[in-house]
Amino acid sequence: MEELSWPKHLINVLSNPKYLFPLLLGLFVFIFPPTDRLHRIHLRLRLDRLWTNAGGVFLLVLFLSFFLFGLTDPNFRLIVTKADNVPIVGLIFLVTFFLWFSMKQALENDRRMADGKKPIEADDKDPVLVWPDLVYGEFIAMIVCTILLIVWSIVLTAPLEQPANPAVSPNPSKAPWYFLGLQEMLVYFDPWIAGVVFPTVIIIGIMAIPYLDNNKKGCGYYSFADRKMAVSVFMFFWLVLWIFLIVVGTFLRGPNWNFFGPFEVWKISKLEALTNVNLSELIYMKLLNRRLPDNILVREMGGFLVILGYFGVLPLILMKTLFRKLHQDLGNVRFSFFTIMLLMSFSLPIKMMLRWFFNIKYIVAIPEYFFNI
Amino acid sequence: MPKAKKSFLAPITESQIYRSIMRVGIPSTRRERMMIVLSNVFIHLHPARIPKHAVKVKYTWCMGGLTFFIFLVLTVTGILLMFYYRPVTEYAYGDIIDLKEQVPLGIMREIHRWGAHLMVITVWLHMFRVFMTGSYKPPREFNWGVGVVLLLLTMFLSFTGYLLPWDQLAIWAITVGSRMAGATPFIGTSGPGSALLALGDVNFVHEASDARFAMLGGRFVGEATLLRFYVLHCIGLPFIIMIFMIVHFWRVRKDGGISGPT
Ligand code: HEM
Repeated sequence: MEELSWPKHLINVLSNPKYLFPLLLGLFVFIFPPTDRLHRIHLRLRLDRLWTNAGGVFLLVLFLSFFLFGLTDPNFRLIVTKADNVPIVGLIFLVTFFLWFSMKQALENDRRMADGKKPIEADDKDPVLVWPDLVYGEFIAMIVCTILLIVWSIVLTAPLEQPANPAVSPNPSKAPWYFLGLQEMLVYFDPWIAGVVFPTVIIIGIMAIPYLDNNKKGCGYYSFADRKMAVSVFMFFWLVLWIFLIVVGTFLRGPNWNFFGPFEVWKISKLEALTNVNLSELIYMKLLNRRLPDNILVREMGGFLVILGYFGVLPLILMKTLFRKLHQDLGNVRFSFFTIMLLMSFSLPIKMMLRWFFNIKYIVAIPEYFFNI
Repeated sequence: MPKAKKSFLAPITESQIYRSIMRVGIPSTRRERMMIVLSNVFIHLHPARIPKHAVKVKYTWCMGGLTFFIFLVLTVTGILLMFYYRPVTEYAYGDIIDLKEQVPLGIMREIHRWGAHLMVITVWLHMFRVFMTGSYKPPREFNWGVGVVLLLLTMFLSFTGYLLPWDQLAIWAITVGSRMAGATPFIGTSGPGSALLALGDVNFVHEASDARFAMLGGRFVGEATLLRFYVLHCIGLPFIIMIFMIVHFWRVRKDGGISGPT
């Protein structure tokens, strides 16, 4: 096998979620700072320049050069140009563009409001006629969209694989791409959590946004300064837990759901050491040096305490410390709901890191009742 | 105001037939432009006048409108596909091949498939724009909720359609997707608590009675699943999503139109 050039090797290593994910998380709070203090660091680092025209060009060049460089590699080409993956490449560019576009408008408005002016949308309050001003715009949008679809359909044939055969399962078997975030969670959680509890919580969580965010400001115009916390939390879900996990699931997960770098050959034989242990095993066998107790409740006591502490005690601590201001703003009911939701979603990165760095499989493991957390 | 030159279309637009259909000719005066919005049932989805910032592409990105448009494209191409496609395991795969090889100008399947991908993307971007403009805040909380249901329905529509080509990709994607249903707490065989729902030795929740079985119409993805997904994809879900869209559009108007700064 030919040696990989060092940039490709570096990208292969870096794109492993084990490193990429903590890196993204670390960068995240500075790019979308939820609090005033982080915001000042954000400004000092001049990260707000990302959302200017120059920043937009920078992002475009960065993404384009990555893709162009990547396309010179046969493995990268194979996975990126797979017909069903093309929309996800499009998704990456579209999401980045609209992220930039909305943040740019938000910062422009923030600057105006810092000068005591109103947001730019307020300058345009005079009514105009829907015919022709709106109808023509919509008409053009429809035509552009139609042309795009027709060209796309002529250039790219819809894929059709071998006829269905229940006896031969392809490796990897992937869910449709928009569910790949859920499938990615299956690596760290059992199906009842990743496939049932989390989706339910996500839906309820999104629906609850308008009732949780009781900040009166920031309605009807783009803005970041007026609603830092809300934007930051949303971006965390949308960019990190939604788009990023889908991209990982689509491009970087190969046979046996193993991780493969963008320039790596998908080898079925790739083995990953599976030496994961449960928390109970860690406590009794490694720490106390004896065998697991027979009584399930005794065995899993440690895990239950951890969960109880995480959902029962941690919110109270947060309320008195980091989230004090938030608690004042939201009141008891909203605050409890919000914190529980937030902690639940943070359990995913936490579980990921526990797996990567400490090889922990389950916090609470009661396979007798299919109850593993 | 100088009298406008008569359009070369005038013989048509002033004929009795055209007038009976459209009531207003090509609108040129302010009054006529308002009239055409009020008298046309489709354009009447809009108000006649609207604040200037709300018609700007940079505010709404036209994403909600495009999502709706793509939905219409999918409806039309979907109906055309239904002419050729039979939801039976013996025929389904062959019918898909015929679509390409026998049907003239056979890009309907492509438009339908790529359009479906695109609609999922535009719904997400629409949600993102609504969030970034804070448009979910009162009085629009409820419509945001309706939107979330639309988002779900869009993904279910796409999911049910995924199975229909009946190739390896299709059945295994659905197999993976539906495996999770089997792990639903209490009502899935491999979910926590399912063993509790028993009377003596008799388990109520087993492979042929759990949530996964209800979804697939069998223990695995087979004939019954294909029919079930086909009916949902072509009739059930479009019907439901239409109802929610009606509510969504109505509420956009009733909540005061496109949001804007106060
Ligand atoms: C099938 C899916 C959907 C369709 C066809 C649709 C269509 C539309 C249209 C045409 C508008 C008018 C303004 C615009 O174009 O931006 C609109 C506004 C709105 N949509 Fe949707 N939408 C869909 C999904 C959603 C989703 C997923 C959400 C949020 C979770 C949502 C929340 C809203 C809200 C709150 C407004 C009012 C925005 C404002 O006043 O600025 N919609 N929708």
